[in-house]
Amino acid sequence: MADKVMLKLENVCKTFNPGSVNEKSALKNIDLEVYEGDFITVIGGNGAGKSTLMNAICGTFPIDTGKIILNGDDITRLPEYKRAKYLGRVFQDPMLGTAPNMEIEENLALAYRRGKTRSLMPRITRKEREFYREQLSRLELGLENRLTVKVGLLSGGQRQSLTLLMATMKKPDLLLLDEHTAALDPRTATKVLELTEEITAENKLTTIMITHNMMDAIRCGNRLVMMQEGRIIYDVSGEEKKSLSVRELLEKFRESGGEINDRMVLS
Amino acid sequence: MFFDALPGAISLGLIWGIMAIGVFITYKVLDFPDLTVDGSICTGGAVCAVLMGLGVNAWWALIVAVIAGALAGLVTGIFHTLLGIPAILAGILTQLILWSVNLKIMGQANTPVDTRSTYVIITQLEAGWAILILFAFIAFIVGGLYWFFGTEFGCGIRATGNNPNMSRAQGINVSLDKIVALMISNALVALAGALLAQYQGFADINMGRGAIVIGLAAVIIGEAIVSRISINFAVQLSSAVIGAILYYIVYQFVIWLELDTEYLKMFSAIVVAIFLAIPYWKKTYFRNFIKKGKKPLIGGNADGGASGGAGETPEGAQNNG
Ligand SMILES: Nc1ncnc2c1ncn2[C@@H]1O[C@H](COP(=O)(O)OP(=O)(O)OP(=O)(O)O)[C@@H](O)[C@H]1O
Ligand SMILES: [Mg+2]
Repeated sequence: MADKVMLKLENVCKTFNPGSVNEKSALKNIDLEVYEGDFITVIGGNGAGKSTLMNAICGTFPIDTGKIILNGDDITRLPEYKRAKYLGRVFQDPMLGTAPNMEIEENLALAYRRGKTRSLMPRITRKEREFYREQLSRLELGLENRLTVKVGLLSGGQRQSLTLLMATMKKPDLLLLDEHTAALDPRTATKVLELTEEITAENKLTTIMITHNMMDAIRCGNRLVMMQEGRIIYDVSGEEKKSLSVRELLEKFRESGGEINDRMVLS
Repeated sequence: MFFDALPGAISLGLIWGIMAIGVFITYKVLDFPDLTVDGSICTGGAVCAVLMGLGVNAWWALIVAVIAGALAGLVTGIFHTLLGIPAILAGILTQLILWSVNLKIMGQANTPVDTRSTYVIITQLEAGWAILILFAFIAFIVGGLYWFFGTEFGCGIRATGNNPNMSRAQGINVSLDKIVALMISNALVALAGALLAQYQGFADINMGRGAIVIGLAAVIIGEAIVSRISINFAVQLSSAVIGAILYYIVYQFVIWLELDTEYLKMFSAIVVAIFLAIPYWKKTYFRNFIKKGKKPLIGGNADGGASGGAGETPEGAQNNG
């Protein structure tokens, strides 16, 4: 694999509510290099800073110190909506990733124009519609025949699959998945995860996926990162990562003072 | 006698219908309860009346009034996006600013429009004619907005109102979209104000007082009538006009019954309050209903949770340890 660095975090720090009683140092001197084609799974206890890390990359809030470099460009000060051009995102809450009162095809059309200046041309063309139909049919949810249905009428799993499609249809430099299967029932979660692996492999997407499921974390991707109290405490890749067992991982986790809950062990 | 007054009621309803379309854009499309309108409707009227007093042609006066309204929307938009002031407060602040500005524009609390010796676009002296012209205005506005909200940019505004989170993730400049929508909305409101000034023959510093409630009432009444028939966007926009017409017919009816019209604003507010409460009641009531009896609904793919769960925190939803 080529060793091109896709994302580089240099000494990233973030403290919420500085100077107040609620002061919370959520990211502490994070250094991370993500190589092109990496599929990194991120694990860590509640409040470890996983989502904060992802939001920092997306620009949801400004970081206190440090640099974020994406594909060679310093994006540290770029507003969130401008970074979106390079990033695909799927949130944990299926409600967050789509516009419920808009049609499936309208949602897709919005995503298809990510990073493009929005003009006064029609929001969707006939040719695109065929393309969307084709893209939707691979989800095997029958959505290809429901292009004009409002997204709010879809189930959580359907919405999450749609969001995944929206995030990847226009190939992002980096795909960010924040526990995107956590709110789904086990069967749907498995399907959405399979779809994720399929799409990322096919498009060779550089991906960061947060998960609470240790088995998934080991099985998916080529690299695993563990966070604890705003720091990256463990970072393995390649053979070493593949040969990890859940037991070993839990041990590591406990050593660093993490609390184990059922959800991490059950698949 | 009631029927004699009907053309007048309808043309007033049409004028306020234009205003209600403006409210529809902020309240329904953008999900932004914009109180600027109480001020900007008067700004439209004041600018138009003063310019016409200076001898400016009625159409030019109308255009300048529209621009003034757009600027009012711009101020609210900047308060909200650049200064981070909550929506309602941003509107109230602009409203207050406009109170002074409107007085300054007119130089007094009331400015007449000479409807006899100068050309006016519509006047209550010819209500039938006014209705026709107003219909043309509304057809033009609804058509224009239907086109605009069907473009890439307009679609971005709808997404912004629907899910700002998702919009940002899709690269939409949410702040810009909010500002543009507020400007369009208040431009329409000012247009209504300018037409009203010509129609009734004066602009008055109090002409916008409680306008937001009338606008909301029109939007809500219209929605109640039309939502079951069609969800087409053009139909929804027109429904706000229908709501406004009904509002003024009822208003006329109250006058005809010789009831005390001073109560009208109170009744409007109560009607709006009730209609705003209905979705909330429905939801609370509905939830219990599902819990008790309708289990099978949950297994279906059109799950009822789609509209209900948005407020739950992502973290809270899954802490089971
Ligand atoms: N916007 C915010 N304001 C204040 N504090 C925040 C904010 N976002 C996160 N935090 C705090 O930062 C810490 C890290 O939160 P984060 O959401 O990144 O954890 P996480 O690793 O994603 O946890 P989980 O597994 O529960 O999702 C937590 O203590 C959290 O309370
Ligand atoms: Mg999280």
